[in-house]
Amino acid sequence: MITIPYLTALTTYFSYGLLFAFGQLRDFFRKIVDWWSHNSLQGYAPICLGLEDFYIRRLYLRIQDCFNRPISSPPDAWFDVVERISNDNNKTLKRTTRVNRCLNLGSYNYLGFGAADEYCTPRVIESLKKFSPSTCSARVDGGTTTLHTELEECVANFVGKPAAVVFGMGYATNSAILPVLTGKGGLIISDSLNHNSIVNGARGSGATIRVFQHNTPSHLEKVLREQIADGQPRTHRPWKKIIVVVEGIYSMEGELCKLPEIISICKKYKAYVYLDEAHSIGAVGKTGRGVCELLGVDTADVDIMMGTFTKSFGSCGGYIAGSKELIQYLKYTCPAHLYATSISPPAAQQIISSIKVILGEDGSSRGAQKLAKIRENSNFFRSELQKMGFEVLGDNDSPVMPIMLYNPAKIPAFSRECLKRNVAVVTVAFPATPLLLARARICISAAHTREDLIKALEVMSIVGDMVGVKYFPAEPKKQQLEGVKLD
Amino acid sequence: MNQLNVYDCLSFVNLHLPHANSDLAIAPLYHWYASESSYQRNLIFHGENFRILLRTCSHFNQSVHFYPIVGFCNLSWAFAVYADKLCLPILLMDTLMPAYHNMVKSASDWVTLAFDAPFARAVVFGVPIGGHLFVEGLLFVVILFLLSQKSYKPPKRPLTKKEIDELCDEWVPEPLIPSITEEMKYEPPDLESAAGPHTIINGKEVINFTSANYLAFLGHEKLLDSCTKALEKYGVGSCGPRGFYGTIDVHLDCEARIAKFLGTSDSILYSYGLSTMFSTIPAFCKKGDIVVVDEGVHWGIQNGLHLSRSTIVYFKHNDMESLQSILEKFTQDNKRAKKLRRYIVVEAVYQNSGQIAPLDEIIRLKEKHRFRVILDESNSFGVLGSSGRGLTEYCGVPVEKVDIITAAMGHALATKGGFCTGSARVIDHQRLSSSGYVFSASLPPYLASLSDLQGLEIVSDIQSPIVFLKLKNSTGSIKGDLQVLEDIADRSYCSAICSKDNRKVEWFGVHCGQWRFYLKS
Repeated sequence: MITIPYLTALTTYFSYGLLFAFGQLRDFFRKIVDWWSHNSLQGYAPICLGLEDFYIRRLYLRIQDCFNRPISSPPDAWFDVVERISNDNNKTLKRTTRVNRCLNLGSYNYLGFGAADEYCTPRVIESLKKFSPSTCSARVDGGTTTLHTELEECVANFVGKPAAVVFGMGYATNSAILPVLTGKGGLIISDSLNHNSIVNGARGSGATIRVFQHNTPSHLEKVLREQIADGQPRTHRPWKKIIVVVEGIYSMEGELCKLPEIISICKKYKAYVYLDEAHSIGAVGKTGRGVCELLGVDTADVDIMMGTFTKSFGSCGGYIAGSKELIQYLKYTCPAHLYATSISPPAAQQIISSIKVILGEDGSSRGAQKLAKIRENSNFFRSELQKMGFEVLGDNDSPVMPIMLYNPAKIPAFSRECLKRNVAVVTVAFPATPLLLARARICISAAHTREDLIKALEVMSIVGDMVGVKYFPAEPKKQQLEGVKLD
Repeated sequence: MNQLNVYDCLSFVNLHLPHANSDLAIAPLYHWYASESSYQRNLIFHGENFRILLRTCSHFNQSVHFYPIVGFCNLSWAFAVYADKLCLPILLMDTLMPAYHNMVKSASDWVTLAFDAPFARAVVFGVPIGGHLFVEGLLFVVILFLLSQKSYKPPKRPLTKKEIDELCDEWVPEPLIPSITEEMKYEPPDLESAAGPHTIINGKEVINFTSANYLAFLGHEKLLDSCTKALEKYGVGSCGPRGFYGTIDVHLDCEARIAKFLGTSDSILYSYGLSTMFSTIPAFCKKGDIVVVDEGVHWGIQNGLHLSRSTIVYFKHNDMESLQSILEKFTQDNKRAKKLRRYIVVEAVYQNSGQIAPLDEIIRLKEKHRFRVILDESNSFGVLGSSGRGLTEYCGVPVEKVDIITAAMGHALATKGGFCTGSARVIDHQRLSSSGYVFSASLPPYLASLSDLQGLEIVSDIQSPIVFLKLKNSTGSIKGDLQVLEDIADRSYCSAICSKDNRKVEWFGVHCGQWRFYLKS
């Protein structure tokens, strides 16, 4: 739970208020200047009205250099960040040819498949030569190759369901599947911190949407009871079906979902469960099978399991796994299957190869090593950060660790100071998080070695002291250093 | 008699209105008193007195406490003073005056009595209180009582726990999916090699008419080389969204190259063709905006429009008169043009029908009625126009006139993903507010390595790359048509048919009751 200190809340509000006031002042002057100068729009409404992009112009552009940093190497444990310079106070940024070799704490590279891999890459290149980079057509129109059928079987086996269907993009999977599953007259109950793709899919479906408090099964039960008793809005007819949408690991909190309780509640009230395992598939669980394995939930209890291949498998695309009838129905009706280009064959081959590595079917034990490494790394890093006094969110075993920053000025300070010391971190602010709760998010990878992590900890400790984000008292340091050196 | 009245009132005023500026009150009275009581003078005095009366009233009104009392006092005073000054001749009044005077005197006596009622001059804790407090207090109590009364509503009886339990037990949801019919079990054929012009299915070599491989880039040597190099350097995935270290230099190079090729100022890459449209449209069309769309646009655009919650109006497929009449209707009806944004959304070559949109007509209409144009060039980019720059070149329209151009790269360019180009303002806005760009992982770098490709020059003299064949005599239902077409396709699977271009047609794709196949150079 996030407990923001009172003084910090006050200072954060004050900072935002000051930024807002200055922004309004500058907008006022801009209006005067625009009134003088020639306006070329003449009859057209402006494409962005006054306050819609106020946040972008006045707050985001000041710290624009902390986001969208280009890289010129694969997103491995160490990568090259391209330097950018600005001549007009951060309004536009130009690339230079200089690069910095930095430690990567931002990419979703949980199992280390982000760069060229000794088992996967030769097979990927082979499939590229055989099937070419794209099929140029939708799945039903001749975009299904033998690779696609093999991939779907492989994914279904890995996840633990009878059948699966694969799409070219994870975001489009959510946006295109939810409209097919329910329509008007259905109810979608989703967690309050669900990802934007789920929100988009739910809106596009036309069903009624209700939200329950983040990860609180008791509130979910209350909402379910109320909604079943009330029925559809205005007509009070009974709902056609109810789908509860939760995520495996929430990407901004690093928390695991309380899956066993939620499933028992949904069974009791006959609602369907849709589990989005974008971050957890391949990264948690003893054999990497996701949050169901970690929490001991039978996969037959979850009606629809969805996931993406971008994070742990180093590829692109998304999948839906379920019963055979469900997958047949989806293949017949889902627009992403009928109209959109199928997943690229080299990417499909990458997924197949990486699943084989994880399961150990390639003949080596690299998969098991990677899984053990990422668990060890995440637990070590989290405990060290907490000992230093940072406010770290998330559960144990989860590779995503947000560190709370709160103040808007600390966001660019943290990011730039870390970059100066060759550590690349990701900072997130409004609107991806609530206004007061800005944070820096660390993603650990199996490719990080112990030395990398220790270096990162040193840098973050120095920067944390400089910026002032150690909100909790630190534990005594002496024994911790000795313990680390012994390792 | 008049004097008596005046003095009565004066004393009354002095006594009961301690804060009153009695000078103001006395002044006109002296004036009156000093003058002779002739009708004439009284009349003149009336006018003046009335003004002073008003001014004193307003002076008294400043202390709200006395407001009702002041009104009453002034009225009584005015009544007392003017009662005998009503527009009646004095001689006549002489008889009626005493009666009037008596009435007024008794009324003022009564009023004085009322105000001399309890608490008249009570001194409570050193504060002198007048009698008006009593009335005010009473009024206040009555008002409070009325406010505290609830308006009558029928009593609400919320459901008890037991009732909710029963309802939950009784409720039966629909099954998650409807039951599977035979046609749902159809599986498309598996390709065993690249989806190029010739492909292998079930060990047999067939000619491929279903892939949108307009420029025959699949299997092209240079394309494969650049992709291989990119794979070896960058691996497959980009492992992050564009905002968080997912921007690789090949993305930026690709964007710059596309913008340069088309002649616009900037472009933005999306990682999926379908998501390009359903992310771009909600970024610009908000609630309340007006969007005029062709009827035959594909699912991506329809979904984007549905997500944008704007007012959507459809015009007949590729029919310019229908478009014109709708535009005219909107410009006449809606005069609040300043804040409302208006868009026309068309496709260059329609996915569902293969027709080409007449862009010069649309641009002419757009400029006349001040709409913005969003053009989807998925099937025409790289195909139409003498150098492949799309519909703008084909129709001879300068590319600045089209506000937003989007395209999916999965067709002519033989990769995956999509892009959007336009003015710098349009593109910059999308970098933060387009959901499919911000919240999704970026395009894999090997698919963005177009920048190594030497030529995007195309020589194509086929008008539209999508050809639709329809049944001449429809069986009357879409299902029946589909069945007939599938039978033909299955039978011709085993035999060869020569078409007029001297190509053997062996494999068709059946789509929505029509045949759709793509011609390639």
